[in-house]
Amino acid sequence: MAIFGRLLDRRTKDHIQKSVTQALGTKRSGRSGILDTLLRYIIIALLFISLIILAVLIIDIAIDGFDVLSSRLGSFLSGTLRSRSVDEGIGIQQGLVGSFWIAVFVAVFAFPIGIAAAIYLEEYAPKNRLTKFIELNIRNLAGVPSVVYGLLGLFIFVKGFDVFLLRNFKSLVGGSSLAAAGLTLSILVLPIVIITAQEALKTIPSIIKEGAYGVGATKWQVIRGQVLPYAAPGILTGTLLSMSRAIGEAAPLILLGAVTGRLGLKAGLFDFYQLQERFTAMPIIITNWTQKQGRDIGFGENAAAAIVVLLFFVLLINATAILLRNYFEKKRA
Amino acid sequence: MNGANNMSDVNNMTDVSDLNGTANSMNGEQEHIFYARDLNIYYGDHHAVADVNLDIYSKEITAFIGPSGCGKTSVLRCYNRMNDLIPIAKVEGTLEYKGLNLYGSQIDPVEVRRRIGMVFQKPNPFPKSIYENVAYGPKVCGMSRNRSELDDIVERSLKRAALWDEVKGRLKSSAFGLSGGQQQRLCIARAIAVDPDVLLMDEPCSSLDPIATTRIEELMDGLKNDYTIIIVTHNMQQAARISDKTAFFTTEENAETGMRTGMLIEFDIAEKIFSNPNDERTENYVTGRFG
Ligand SMILES: Nc1ncnc2c1ncn2[C@@H]1O[C@H](COP(=O)(O)OP(=O)(O)OP(=O)(O)O)[C@@H](O)[C@H]1O
Ligand SMILES: [Mg+2]
Repeated sequence: MAIFGRLLDRRTKDHIQKSVTQALGTKRSGRSGILDTLLRYIIIALLFISLIILAVLIIDIAIDGFDVLSSRLGSFLSGTLRSRSVDEGIGIQQGLVGSFWIAVFVAVFAFPIGIAAAIYLEEYAPKNRLTKFIELNIRNLAGVPSVVYGLLGLFIFVKGFDVFLLRNFKSLVGGSSLAAAGLTLSILVLPIVIITAQEALKTIPSIIKEGAYGVGATKWQVIRGQVLPYAAPGILTGTLLSMSRAIGEAAPLILLGAVTGRLGLKAGLFDFYQLQERFTAMPIIITNWTQKQGRDIGFGENAAAAIVVLLFFVLLINATAILLRNYFEKKRA
Repeated sequence: MNGANNMSDVNNMTDVSDLNGTANSMNGEQEHIFYARDLNIYYGDHHAVADVNLDIYSKEITAFIGPSGCGKTSVLRCYNRMNDLIPIAKVEGTLEYKGLNLYGSQIDPVEVRRRIGMVFQKPNPFPKSIYENVAYGPKVCGMSRNRSELDDIVERSLKRAALWDEVKGRLKSSAFGLSGGQQQRLCIARAIAVDPDVLLMDEPCSSLDPIATTRIEELMDGLKNDYTIIIVTHNMQQAARISDKTAFFTTEENAETGMRTGMLIEFDIAEKIFSNPNDERTENYVTGRFG
């Protein structure tokens, strides 16, 4: 209050004072009032600090990448991996295509399986120790470092474990391939999808469910007609955020053998054959170019430009999530 | 749905899982539609209701009265297997509907709830439009083949629930935009839209103004010709006014466990309960000298 005290003239102050005393009957006791205000300012300050750090980072990167993006955006988006930064054809097309397919894999595998698992756990699974144990472990899996998922993918898809079924996986995805990357990252985000979907499914008030059961709806009709529409905004936000997590991951892809140097392949966005071929992805390109800038300073600004592009797509997905959530929430109310 | 109890049906008796059982009606005697013996309800370790013996008669209004926590809602929710939805709830004893064991293994609770509709203590409209709220039941039950049939059902149900005039211009708008009392009448419309045999009403008027309450009471009086109604109410005048029979429940504390268990004290025709009850506890309650 002290900070704003001088900004307000007497009459407004009296007015506010009066309405506050009227509304609350008595004024808050001095000490807890001060503590409250103090705490609020500390929180606001912390928020500002983190926002400022973020802003500085983004601005810094945007400045670094500005030259590349403004002078040769087209050829940068359609160019390929090169060993020297002065090379005219240098660009991120292969990374964009790789990251696109990773997102598609997450949408095709992680979303339906994760949402189905969440529905099962929330609505069908008996509420016993085993279910609790499974839920606990899903939570643990969500906290496992991403490199570990990379190791998992490495053994199942790339090495092809010495077990009959898992060997099949190797021949299916073609070893160190884009499909292997997509599947590994799908597994990585699966626990997050399950948890967020489960939380969303929990939000429906039980009296609404009872109302539906009360007119003779079956369990599936209640889930289909009441629970899922109610949970849709939450599920959507959760799944889309997990998608942006997946396309930002570099560590597991390094283990899976993502290409960093020179990738001969340059396939179009919808060329399916590339799924079984070697691959690269946006985070890999960024990591690699950043490392290389020590030897070849030009890679630095290319990396910055690539970061801006990746950020653009991640923010696009997040914005979609928010818009869809608002849309569904409006429909619900 | 009615008429299934005609004598001609005896020749082609259907499977027991079909709920159109024949009520045990004797010549001259009233037929009971629900028959409860030694009904006990538990929530986990809590023995919530003990040893209820109660017959509900067809085409009548039966009122459940009693102090808060005595188990009126719990008993009511047994009649349409709504307690199945509470994992910790357990129901023991005999409960028959038209001579069929409601808790028998071959009974489908979904089918039970289509026949025995419910209006809840708190208004609980779906987060959908007014129209969709009423149409939901007929839709999930596969009752209507086309849009105009559905429109008819919606209009008829809203009219019977005394809500039509207030909402006919905004059927497509959200049910959450209605007042609490309107929401409750919407829930009544939703329940009667599937044309049930029995209507269970848990304090349907607790959020209504006197005018709406009167309308609901008139509605119930009209519905009585076709439906059997069980209503929970805290309003003595209401119970006295509208019910044919009244059941009085109360709770008693178990001396050993310290937990409160509800029980049925007295069940009789309403006039008797309100003018000359047998039990002192009933008399104290209906005259307002309870506790
Ligand atoms: N879902 C539940 N879980 C656990 N206990 C419950 C549940 N529902 C009811 N009970 C318990 O059962 C007892 C009877 O509750 P019930 O709701 O049937 O009472 P009631 O007569 O309807 O009360 P009111 O008039 O306040 O609605 C109470 O002691 C209550 O705590
Ligand atoms: Mg109750």
